[in-house]
Amino acid sequence: MGILDNILGGFSKSPADMPPRVCKACGMEIPYDEYLKNDCICPGCGVYLRMRAYERLSMIADEGSFTEIDKKLKTKDPIKFPDYAQKIDKAEKSSGLTEAVITGTAKIEGHSCGLFIMDSAFMMGSMGTVVGEKITRIFEKATAQGLPVIGFITSGGARMQEGIFSLMQMAKVSGAVQRHSEAGLLYIAVLTDPTTGGITASFAMLGDIIIAEPKALIGFAGQRVIEQTTGEKLPAGFQRAEFQLEHGFVDMIEERGRMRYTLGKLLSLHNTDAAAAAGKER
Amino acid sequence: MAANDTMTAYQRVQAARNSKRPMGMFYIDHMIDDFIELHGDRRFGDDAAIVSGIGFLNGIPVTVIAMERGDTIEDRMKRHFGCPEPEGYRKALRMMQEAEKFHRPVICFIGSSGAYCGIDAEKRGQGLAIAENLFAMMGLRTPIISVVVGEGGSGGALALGVCDTAVMLENAVYSVISPEGCASILWKDASKAADAAEHLRLTSYDLKSFDVIEKIIPEQGKTEREICSALKKYLLSEITRLQAMPVSEMLDARYGKFRKIGAYQK
Repeated sequence: MGILDNILGGFSKSPADMPPRVCKACGMEIPYDEYLKNDCICPGCGVYLRMRAYERLSMIADEGSFTEIDKKLKTKDPIKFPDYAQKIDKAEKSSGLTEAVITGTAKIEGHSCGLFIMDSAFMMGSMGTVVGEKITRIFEKATAQGLPVIGFITSGGARMQEGIFSLMQMAKVSGAVQRHSEAGLLYIAVLTDPTTGGITASFAMLGDIIIAEPKALIGFAGQRVIEQTTGEKLPAGFQRAEFQLEHGFVDMIEERGRMRYTLGKLLSLHNTDAAAAAGKER
Repeated sequence: MAANDTMTAYQRVQAARNSKRPMGMFYIDHMIDDFIELHGDRRFGDDAAIVSGIGFLNGIPVTVIAMERGDTIEDRMKRHFGCPEPEGYRKALRMMQEAEKFHRPVICFIGSSGAYCGIDAEKRGQGLAIAENLFAMMGLRTPIISVVVGEGGSGGALALGVCDTAVMLENAVYSVISPEGCASILWKDASKAADAAEHLRLTSYDLKSFDVIEKIIPEQGKTEREICSALKKYLLSEITRLQAMPVSEMLDARYGKFRKIGAYQK
């Protein structure tokens, strides 16, 4: 059963024993094993439901190939923000995660890579110092080992409870991406619902290849903020994946069912295994 | 130097936003000789919220990139109150790359409530424009010094803030979110902005204590002329120091400066 143990806070349950999921769009109750088999897409209305990090991992990585790193990294609450420590505790309990991203090395269709997967169930996937540090470390590790990086992104933006420390993570991660890129290595960013704010203004938009999931919300400024500040009415489909494709900001939109195949092909087309072999020899 | 407790955080936010407070062009006028403004991103347009060009700082050619919100109401409308559009960030990047080619140091002046927020800015890739600056500035092979002179508002400020040396004027602020935005999200009450400002730790003294910036230029009891002169002196000493460093060493130090920002436990 392996990695799925982590989906609900490490409870050892088989998919058949997990509680059903309820579609946020049509209200359909979906038995968990069916939900998982259907790539977390509602069989009733076809809506892409937000995937948990370990669900995504089970869909993308070759079985047993994932080695997680930095799993225990925790924030020190750098600006002692009111109620933040309690919010972190609550997020840990409800999500079963220690932070809003999991990182490690894995294989996708046989190709080795660095992998990070964000999870919006932990404080809306917001980036504080731990999220920034973990993503920076996986890029640094990949640079040292000659590995490509695949990132599954979902985030509301920088985490305001860590103040300026959160803002500076945008620069820090962008620096790690820059060094990885300078080493001639591939970074594929997969944008999932939602990808907004400081994440869009940093590593989400820095992929050599940028893939979006259908209908994912992708943008910098929040929709309500734009409406309130400008008084303009937002056009239909504004900031959705299809809108970003039309305006030239993502390379392609890919369905969940084909994501693993497509990533495998892209890795193969970039001949990433050769750089990884050279990295191992170093 | 005056202590952090002479003014509350929110008083500093208000000072940083004061409509009479000098912004980017003031510092160009008062510190840079023979300034020649260069316009446009050569992609789509010219954003007046960012003024850029080349001039001499005490005889040393420098590229200057400055956020500017304007004086008169017409001027402020034209510059959309100093909130840059994607074209502003792309113009800045073009200027930095030109500076790199000619081994000329770059000085950025930051003072803006944030990146311009609107449908068209999104259509033209506001997020991408900021991201590309962060990426390129990390690898730019010439010194970059960023000076926060007013409000350093979130990602829109950081897009000129990846640097070798970060400076703040004493009453400038620098934050991940405006105190009003923070208060309305957290407490559903924008009038609690003063509380939020305290908690966000956004003053120059806070940022210096976190090692996020290297230098505070005092304002308390100083004339504008004295502030300019102190800033100019510091910029010159930093430019001399950075120009003496091998480029690879400077880039490692630049990455290292941001790399160490964080607070986590195992």
